[in-house]
Amino acid sequence: MDRHRPALIDAPPRWLRPALLVVPVAFLALFYAWPVGTLLAQVADRSAVSKVLGREALRQVVWFTCWQAVVSTVATLVVGLGPAYLLARWGFPGRRLLVAVVTVPFLLPTVVVGAAFSALLPDAMLGTATAVVIAHVFFNVAVVVRLVGTVWAQLPADLVHAARTLGASPWQATREVTLPLLRPSIMAAAMITFLFTFTSFGVVQILGGPAHATIEVEIARRATQLGDVGGAAVLSVLQLLILAVLLVVAGRTRRSSELPLRSVERARPRTMRTRLGVTAAVAATTVLMAAPLVALVTSSLRPGGRWSLTAWRTLGNDRAVRPGAALGVDPLASIATSLRFAVVATVISVTVGALAALAISGARRRGRLLDVGVMLPLGTSAVTIGFGMLITFDQAPVDWRGAWWLVPLGHSLVAVPFVVRAVLPVLRARPDAWLDAAATLGASPLRRWWEIDVRLVRRPLVTGAGFAAAISLGEFGATTFLTRTGNETLPIAIGRLLGRAGDIPRAQASALSVLLAAVTVTVLVAVDAMGDPAGDRPGSR
Amino acid sequence: MLEVRGVVVVVFGDRTVLDHVDLDVADGEVVALQGPSGAGKSTLLRVIAGLLVPQAGTVRSGGVDITELPPHRRGIGMVFQDEQLFPHRDVGQNVEFGLRMQHRPKAERAARVAELLELVGLPGVERRSVTSLSGGEAKRVALARSLAPAPPVLLLDEPLTGLDRELHDRLADDLARVLRATGTSALMVTHNAAEAARVADRIVSWAH
Amino acid sequence: MKRSASISTALAAVALLAVAACGSDAADTAASNPVSTGGTGGTTITLVTYGSFPAADTSLNAALDSFTEQTGIGVTIVQAGDAGTMVSKAVLTAGNPEGDVMWGVDNTLLSRAIDGDVFEPYTSTELGAIDPALTALVPGGEVTPVDFGDVCINYDIAWFADKGLTPPTTLDDLIDPAYRDLLVTQNPAASSTGLAFMLATIARYGADGWQAYWAALRDNGVQVVDSWDSAYYEQFSGSSGKGPRPLVVSYASSPPAEVIYADPPRTDAPTASMDASCFRQVEFAGVLRGTEHQAEARQLVDFLAGAEFQQEVALNLFVWPARTDVAPPTEFTAYATVVADPLTVAPADIAANREAWVDAWTDTVLR
Repeated sequence: MDRHRPALIDAPPRWLRPALLVVPVAFLALFYAWPVGTLLAQVADRSAVSKVLGREALRQVVWFTCWQAVVSTVATLVVGLGPAYLLARWGFPGRRLLVAVVTVPFLLPTVVVGAAFSALLPDAMLGTATAVVIAHVFFNVAVVVRLVGTVWAQLPADLVHAARTLGASPWQATREVTLPLLRPSIMAAAMITFLFTFTSFGVVQILGGPAHATIEVEIARRATQLGDVGGAAVLSVLQLLILAVLLVVAGRTRRSSELPLRSVERARPRTMRTRLGVTAAVAATTVLMAAPLVALVTSSLRPGGRWSLTAWRTLGNDRAVRPGAALGVDPLASIATSLRFAVVATVISVTVGALAALAISGARRRGRLLDVGVMLPLGTSAVTIGFGMLITFDQAPVDWRGAWWLVPLGHSLVAVPFVVRAVLPVLRARPDAWLDAAATLGASPLRRWWEIDVRLVRRPLVTGAGFAAAISLGEFGATTFLTRTGNETLPIAIGRLLGRAGDIPRAQASALSVLLAAVTVTVLVAVDAMGDPAGDRPGSR
Repeated sequence: MLEVRGVVVVVFGDRTVLDHVDLDVADGEVVALQGPSGAGKSTLLRVIAGLLVPQAGTVRSGGVDITELPPHRRGIGMVFQDEQLFPHRDVGQNVEFGLRMQHRPKAERAARVAELLELVGLPGVERRSVTSLSGGEAKRVALARSLAPAPPVLLLDEPLTGLDRELHDRLADDLARVLRATGTSALMVTHNAAEAARVADRIVSWAH
Repeated sequence: MKRSASISTALAAVALLAVAACGSDAADTAASNPVSTGGTGGTTITLVTYGSFPAADTSLNAALDSFTEQTGIGVTIVQAGDAGTMVSKAVLTAGNPEGDVMWGVDNTLLSRAIDGDVFEPYTSTELGAIDPALTALVPGGEVTPVDFGDVCINYDIAWFADKGLTPPTTLDDLIDPAYRDLLVTQNPAASSTGLAFMLATIARYGADGWQAYWAALRDNGVQVVDSWDSAYYEQFSGSSGKGPRPLVVSYASSPPAEVIYADPPRTDAPTASMDASCFRQVEFAGVLRGTEHQAEARQLVDFLAGAEFQQEVALNLFVWPARTDVAPPTEFTAYATVVADPLTVAPADIAANREAWVDAWTDTVLR
């Protein structure tokens, strides 16, 4: 009976925590640790490693990956600071809409972004590094606007005014006051952008052409085109190491700054000059963000340069390309497959994620370990995850290569961290006093845990479920490895169509991309509205 | 010397905050604008400092029309209501900021900073972080920072608000002393009549 | 309370959907595959092939229908991308294959497939009728030769006539500045056509000289694309795509195809092939290791090597049949000839060096 236990909060029964841990730990061990271990084992052979690293071609790939990530990051910062400033410090009608417009690209699947820029950029630019960088900027501007903009919005305007009255010109005030105070958020945005562009797959695969490959793309090419599994494994491990180093460096350099953040105060443009300036900035930002998507929609309606609905109408009929040459993938079937996989992936992610979050919030040291473990797949590239699974589960009794559930499971690995990150803060913020109150109302420890913690997670789980669904719908890297003919997802279908010659396949790729984008955005907007009905998160005003 | 003539500020299209305001501050004079909050006093300060563009009116300083000049060229300093010390710089770097904008050499800056910190009663705190300062200390540092570049006119927006009684009176006396010592013309906004009386040479009553 | 109840219901519905998805997958797989000539009550097996193999509506498919009628075995065609990708995927899924029979692994890729243990050796009942020169390429009997052709440079006759330029006749001509920016080829990493052309240059210039040749080609403006489809139908000026380049790496049988599929009809070929650049390409079919329908797969391989099917390969795939006792139709032989002395590379050499060669090519041409 409770009376005989020590006073404070009675802990839930001892079997609870292990019970919670079983599923997440087994999930991670089986589907993440084991494949990664297999990859590492492939690389244990020193001579194979040195043979691979000695190839000039592979060194070139690593070099290209690094410098395009740096260039993309710098370009994103340069391009993104303008909209960040505009949206942070100026109030104007339609401001919230513009914030949404700027954020949408980030939520889109990489395949859609690749398809959009295939449609937008002139043919001469396709297959160049420039195209890749431009697409990366488009993708990641949202990161700068959200991370830097949120802080910028809360900087007291009078700090700059004080500098002005001390004799600083506008540029000097920005350099001396604003930028140093924004530095931590700028560094955070830069770090995230670098990580995303470093591990970029879909965009480089589609826009980079045969001459440009990041490590991710090269892993995929080596394994699925060249059949060089050993080389692909070495690259995977190399990338894992580089990412690990980057994450450690990022963790170290993050120091919390004490900023005198106030509530948001935005100026309204009143003089003719500021009105013109704001209008021009709004127009430029809108064009920048909307052009690729407009191009995507347009190209789906203009196969071969003439307006027609052919591409949309023939989505279900995969033979209307050229006599004797079919497309190899049924577009409409891929939509059904993607939705099915999304449902399965969501169920798995939500289950594993909820259990993991509950386990982590209960435990202390071991909780931290599980927390890191759950996050690891996020730091591992999707391609590596898919590739690892493919070469691990290839022999009885675990020959699961043909299993239909392997693809959604791969999606879940990437989605579980998001579910955990959505649920954990809510659990952690739960005051212990609630448990006390429940105890005084007659609830046993197990009952208290159920009635409070478990019920608490329901709401953030909806948000997590939305993330999981969106991630599954758009996942491209891991799916490339695990896909089986007849069960292609929408992103795979789009990728194949983009690789095909002819106007109709290209237009169909655009049409499918529009569908995918619409579904993804709808899911995420619905989840956002459900999770935050008052709209009172900072920066959302 | 400061001359303000006919300043009109209208916000949100219809609300007139300042309606043809005239004001004079003589050389070395300390004038207090005293009245209830929200009457437009701070707005007037911002117009004079150049941080707000009025619909009409002129501002002259030392006989020169500065109405069209940007804030950093007006030579008018300002102490803000919440001090607005730069959190990423220490005390000494805050105080020397205006001197750096004037491109003064390093040795000269260091000497002037020491001089002003001494004047406001905080000698030797150059290397302290501004976030570690108490309320009263922060206000002294803000004052030192504004006075460092020796502006002919200093604006003060509710400089002593938010202090307890004893600290308030002590700081009020110090403020008066420092302003007189530097011979700065000053325009101070406050809602506290006693404070106005303690610091200023002349009080201008401000109502809606 | 209402909120949590509705969420529980939603989760339950989602779980139900998942279970339904699980069950419906088997039906979906068959339904979503491009074409299935379903057997009546018998088994259906899957033929894995490359992208340009017709999925339906040709006499080739009609022949497969005939196979189904005769044996009761349905055939589903699955297109697994270009040949390079098809073989790589097969290697990665060896033992747990995506289909039962593979058509289209060629002599340039065969060693990779055999090393990856992709096939179950099977000596076809029709092997006696196959050209022994082709059978000699597969001493282990893992696969059966089914057709052969030549990968050659094609040129657009009208384009050169308009420019008053003599079309190139040798590989050396291609690096001549007179033919600058005119050639489009395929990435040998992705395309078996591109791989064949690369091997042709290795055969011609030797292991020491071929890289210098490609460096010269690159300097002379050669364009690289990923697939034959893209090169021929998008970049080549002599095809229906009306692209910008008059020289393309394609097949000796492409000019006849241009005549046979010409619209409006014509009697002269608009393109021609450059014999001195031709590389002999042989294609094979085999039973995939790990198939659950071994007996049926073997029957299909026999049929693919049999006279009825071999009769149709010429006009549909634009290749020569591997059988010696089948003569392709006159429309085909009128415009195509077997190249007398094509370039070749010994299978053992391909097996040993292909990977290194492709890497070296990538270094020289793309990076």
